[in-house]
Amino acid sequence: MCGIVGLFLKDEGLQPELGGMLADMLISMTDRGPDSAGVAIYGREKGQDVKLTLQSDSADKDFAALEKDLKRVVEAQVTLKRKDSHAILSLPANQADFARQCLRELRPEVRIVSIGDTMEIYKEVGLPKDVAARFGLREMHGTHGIGHTRMATESAVTTMGAHPFSTGIDQCLVHNGSLSNHNSLRRKLAREGIHVGTQNDTEVGAAYLTWKMHQGHTLGEALKSSLDDLDGFFTFVVGTKDGFGVVRDPIACKPAVMAETDKYVAFGSEYQALVSLPGIENARVWEPEPATVYFWSH
Amino acid sequence: MQTFDLGKRSLRELNETLHAQKSMTNQTRWKIVNAKGNHAIAVGLDAPITVSVMGSTGYYTAGMNKHAAVNIYGSVGPGVAENMMSGIVTVDGDASQYAGATGHGGLLIIKGNASSRCGISMKGIDIVVHGNIGHMSAFMAQSGTLVVCGDAGDALGDSLYEAQLFVRGSVKSLGADCIKKEMRPKHLKILKDLLKRADADAKPEEFTRYGSARKLYNFDVDNASAY
Repeated sequence: MCGIVGLFLKDEGLQPELGGMLADMLISMTDRGPDSAGVAIYGREKGQDVKLTLQSDSADKDFAALEKDLKRVVEAQVTLKRKDSHAILSLPANQADFARQCLRELRPEVRIVSIGDTMEIYKEVGLPKDVAARFGLREMHGTHGIGHTRMATESAVTTMGAHPFSTGIDQCLVHNGSLSNHNSLRRKLAREGIHVGTQNDTEVGAAYLTWKMHQGHTLGEALKSSLDDLDGFFTFVVGTKDGFGVVRDPIACKPAVMAETDKYVAFGSEYQALVSLPGIENARVWEPEPATVYFWSH
Repeated sequence: MQTFDLGKRSLRELNETLHAQKSMTNQTRWKIVNAKGNHAIAVGLDAPITVSVMGSTGYYTAGMNKHAAVNIYGSVGPGVAENMMSGIVTVDGDASQYAGATGHGGLLIIKGNASSRCGISMKGIDIVVHGNIGHMSAFMAQSGTLVVCGDAGDALGDSLYEAQLFVRGSVKSLGADCIKKEMRPKHLKILKDLLKRADADAKPEEFTRYGSARKLYNFDVDNASAY
């Protein structure tokens, strides 16, 4: 069992409240996933800069002088903003590849959780309320976001086993369910040169989408083909630069409910995740159909 | 009318209070406010009381109901009226998956749509859905009646036993061993009665009856591919 929440704001006036709204939704799904939690937050684009979300198990040691060390080798404006075990590294997009190389040499233990113009991913082991507090989720602004509370079934409870998983630039995936063919798919992806870091089934799902998109498929097409190639139970929510998408496997036993008003579109594993949203009493509430790909975008 | 505020008191208190009502109770009308998607609201009732739940609920609303009339003024999550024995459960909005699953008796009315697996393994319950139902509905349904005023999804009545299915609209596909059957006067009578009790605006003649072909009851190697 796991919990998923998603919130896409149509009303720009609500953007300062995105983090608070998403935090309430996330915490309401604690019963479905008390062992880890994570969010992907999409903010506004800032010029030519790209953002790398970094994570370290020894954040004090790794992040203390990282900005200074990077500035020494990368000839551009580099900023590092630490948030607990994570840090957001901002730098000009044309320096991103070089910075990643430098990072590997300077801090081999630091993991890159996500890369994007607008997306930041925060995830940790612990109760959703504690994870939200550690990263200051309530204070975050943005256009849309997705969140996940995890009750692990397929692999260990670790930071890197928590969701969301990055699937590409400004793209991520969260999952409720379990994939049964993740081992064979992991081997297939390895032959294609796609590396999967953990034993987690969802990471294989994320890598599968990345692989499909490298082959020239759109995210929508990749999700559609996942219905044929992934065996198991899944409700997927994917975050994109412009919005989010939802797809459920054809059996659709993992729950999903959506709500829409003129101010937002929201997703929850249960209706309980939506009750804190403004105007929910009069929202259009429905259950997404099985084997159908939905997208909402700005 | 007794009012119970789930915003102020716990779900366990609510169900304990409702369980404490005996068959001759004078407190026959209950209103539950601040339902807020909670699970297991008004489960296991065993008295002829009327319970009105204001707002949408989560899993297993009015499960195992006996004798009580439970009205939900909103939509319900998975497993509404699961294993109901008797009484009436009415949902004003939509129902999520496996509504009325394994129900032994009573009447479940869904005024909106029901999603997948509606009436799965039903054992005597009557279910009337004013809207549509999702895939795999009435899977292994043993007895009782499922009435759908709208359309049915894929694999309706797969591995069906003796439950009767009536659908007014289209059926996306029939499950294994489920076939279209002739509508006889006795079926029209059952339908008329259920539609009336469920306050559904439809005529019995507009429906098609589906039932079991009874080919999968006993194993026959010729039917192996149908299992």
